Amino acid sequence: MKFPVLKTYTVAYLIFLYAPIILLPIFAFNDSKVIAFPLQGFTTNWFKTMWADEQLFHALKNSLIVSVSTAILSTSLGIFAARATTGYAFPGKGAAAGLIMLPMVLPEMIMSMSMLVVFLAIGLPLSIFTIILGHVLVCTPFAVAILTSAFQSLDKSLEEAAMDLGEGPVSTFYRVILPLVMPGIVSAMLICFTISLDEFIIAFFLGGTETTLSVYIFGQFRFPAKVPSIMALGTILVCLSILLLTTAEYFRRRGLARTGGKDTGGFL
Amino acid sequence: MIAFRGVQKYYGDYHALRGITATINGGEFFSLLGPSGCGKTTLLRTVAGFEDISGGQVLIDGKDMAGVPPNDRPTNMVFQSYAIFPHLTVEQNVGFGLRKDPRSKDEKTREVDKTLALVGLTGFGKRAAHALSGGQRQRVALARALILKPKVLLLDEPLSALDKKIREQMQMELIKLQREVGITFVLVTHDQEEALVMSDRIAVMFDGEIAQLDEPERLYRKPASQRVANFIGTMNFLPARVLSGSAMVEVDVQGLGRVSLDAGQVSGAAIGGMPVVGFRPETLTILFEGQAPADREAMATVEEVVYYGDMTYYDVKIDGTDQQLRLSMRNVFGRPVLDIGARARVAWAPGALVLFR
Amino acid sequence: MDEGKGNRWLTPEGASGLKLISPPLIFAVLMLAAPLATMAIFSVLTDGYLTILPILTLQNYIDTWSDVIYRSIMFRSLMVAVSVTAATVILAYPVAYFVSFHVAQDKKSLWLFLITIPFWTSYLIRVFMWKVILGYNGVINSGLKALHIIDQPLGWLNYNVGAMVLTLAHAYAPFAILPIFVSLEKIERALLEAGQDLGESRFLTFWRVTLPLSMPGVIAAVLIVFIPTIGDYVTPNLIGGGKIPMIANAIEKLMLKADNKPLGSAIAISAMIIVGVVSLLFLFLNRRFMRGQR
Repeated sequence: MKFPVLKTYTVAYLIFLYAPIILLPIFAFNDSKVIAFPLQGFTTNWFKTMWADEQLFHALKNSLIVSVSTAILSTSLGIFAARATTGYAFPGKGAAAGLIMLPMVLPEMIMSMSMLVVFLAIGLPLSIFTIILGHVLVCTPFAVAILTSAFQSLDKSLEEAAMDLGEGPVSTFYRVILPLVMPGIVSAMLICFTISLDEFIIAFFLGGTETTLSVYIFGQFRFPAKVPSIMALGTILVCLSILLLTTAEYFRRRGLARTGGKDTGGFL
Repeated sequence: MIAFRGVQKYYGDYHALRGITATINGGEFFSLLGPSGCGKTTLLRTVAGFEDISGGQVLIDGKDMAGVPPNDRPTNMVFQSYAIFPHLTVEQNVGFGLRKDPRSKDEKTREVDKTLALVGLTGFGKRAAHALSGGQRQRVALARALILKPKVLLLDEPLSALDKKIREQMQMELIKLQREVGITFVLVTHDQEEALVMSDRIAVMFDGEIAQLDEPERLYRKPASQRVANFIGTMNFLPARVLSGSAMVEVDVQGLGRVSLDAGQVSGAAIGGMPVVGFRPETLTILFEGQAPADREAMATVEEVVYYGDMTYYDVKIDGTDQQLRLSMRNVFGRPVLDIGARARVAWAPGALVLFR
Repeated sequence: MDEGKGNRWLTPEGASGLKLISPPLIFAVLMLAAPLATMAIFSVLTDGYLTILPILTLQNYIDTWSDVIYRSIMFRSLMVAVSVTAATVILAYPVAYFVSFHVAQDKKSLWLFLITIPFWTSYLIRVFMWKVILGYNGVINSGLKALHIIDQPLGWLNYNVGAMVLTLAHAYAPFAILPIFVSLEKIERALLEAGQDLGESRFLTFWRVTLPLSMPGVIAAVLIVFIPTIGDYVTPNLIGGGKIPMIANAIEKLMLKADNKPLGSAIAISAMIIVGVVSLLFLFLNRRFMRGQR
């Protein structure tokens, strides 16, 4: 029996990938101010400390506002772009699509700085609003990618069939197109929400005095005493992300099952 | 019922429809037949309203359809991919167009059931659309269109995606359905056998124009040009020299000798401009041992034998000719099939020749 | 009435398409194109005290490319990005290969899902965890001490370029696996069977058939990892302890703390140029690979 080299390698690789994350709950429940071995005993104190910090809640509230807004706005812009590129031919289509997708290949630092420069120059105060603007810029390409794939898998004859059977363009959209791309829309919203929630650079540089969760966490890094609380917070965030992702995946699979499509392996 | 008057269609610089003029009668099964790219689907879609025309008119029941969107036309279409809504059940698909119908829910349900029965899908109502086979999908597409009682049913290559056996079965069913429902069917296909089997009349199209519009039998016996002849069934061609012409045309056919043709046997253009006479495989007969000599005969060598079970096709070369001719013989019980290389007497019928030049 | 050949500049369909794409397009123009253009303009202006003087100059670019400090920062960023890219892509390839060729079809999306989960957790937290793991009194050191393998903590684990490369390679791993996986999936299995049928060993089949055919995926992976890595801010900040700045840190310092927006812009634009050149290089390589396969 051949030694399963590749499988062993992959499993080792996965351990490497998960290592930092597994350590989170370990040290979140560890009764010690220092993140080190040996473990000192079980405690839930760090969760309580974390929970008690008012700044956390303020940052959390901001994060939720930012991320929900970003999800909705990016997905909406994504629907427009995906529908336009998959259903119509028009002059400049390639260039327009390229510009919209460009944020995916630009380092965030550069985008943040250039936006910052403009905002400062025109006197726009930095706030939650400017964070949302930055996040929408960065998340829209992801929404476009997901939604383009959803729209492309639509048979064009379906729209024509609906019209042939008496529906106008608007009712065709509601009765046929929307239900069929709905899994894509849900996916896009969840992905944009997650990206926005974790995003740091834009929130840091374009937020002014307002903090989001990431900015709050970054600020806590300076204080060694706060480190275990961060472990606790991190644990919760990781669980939340996994939950969101699993939900997104569930919806994606359910959408496929409902319409009888083929599973091509995720958000690729 | 449907009238085309000089219909033109351009896609940018590409001239897709070059002046189509024709009439489709009410209640007939009409086919648009031609190779890929000839414009038949484009023409169908101008009737449905999915393509605008660049010139001319399309009239349905005397009304000009310019500016009339698909959802306002008295037509319904069965798409090549069937376009069954995957997120709906069979019932919901069939009843899709009834949304604006003022009748009660019960009446509509009854109508859906009736139509499902019409296409042979009773009991399939609650089935999910994506769990259907190709043939079943096609019936759903038919039901969905027919329930709206259109004046014209348009079918875009509806059978091309089906397996051979199912295709043949559906051909028969479509004929029966059309007779039962009684409305005009307009079918687009590239399969000439299909068109011949199902249609009352066929329009053969090449390069955006109608080459011939006729009943199947006339199309087969008297193709309007060599190109049409080539497209419909198999036809044999031998070069010919035209000797004189007016009421009767004298031709000298390679390998067959001189023949007199009457005016009805003179048809349209030959490919390449060189005159040829054409004749169908079933108009040639192999004379076996002991059969009486025929009116016109020639000696030939058998070069290929294709055995089909009920028919045998022989590819023969008549002495004095350069090309193989295909000849079809019904297999008679007890009669041997010839071998390759055998010499045979071939009888041919002067009245079956068609001249193209 | 004869429409002739129709309006060639803008059909009704074209107009609808343009209308549809205008919201995201206008947003991108305002939020991306305009700011980038502004930065480009700033990069050729002169820095004044608290303002920017409208004097055209190339001095900023000269400083960027000739000043020892900035040159070394650019060079370091490039080296880090290249190392990270190489390490990540090479380590990722076997994983992608495994999932594509050795996993049953219906289990594949599960494996991919498992591989990408770490990616969806906060990047900040992951970087911080590496700091904690590699630290002087961190997890590795304390663990090794507790196991009595070492007496004194290893000082070389943290606060150096190697640590940064490790952290970044970890962060971008899934980015590399996915494109390689996609291109491996596209390879017709029949091709590989044909290769073996014709007498090639399994390794040769991989080398001569699989690897070249998966190149588009590899190149995509390279670009997907390289571009964000070279502009990364958090890792040099946290793992480097602020003492090993990369391009992003330099830009921050110049734009905000030193208020030298023209020079900061010049560095940013220079970084974009490097990224652009590398991307074009790889895209060109990709084309050559694709053409070679016709």
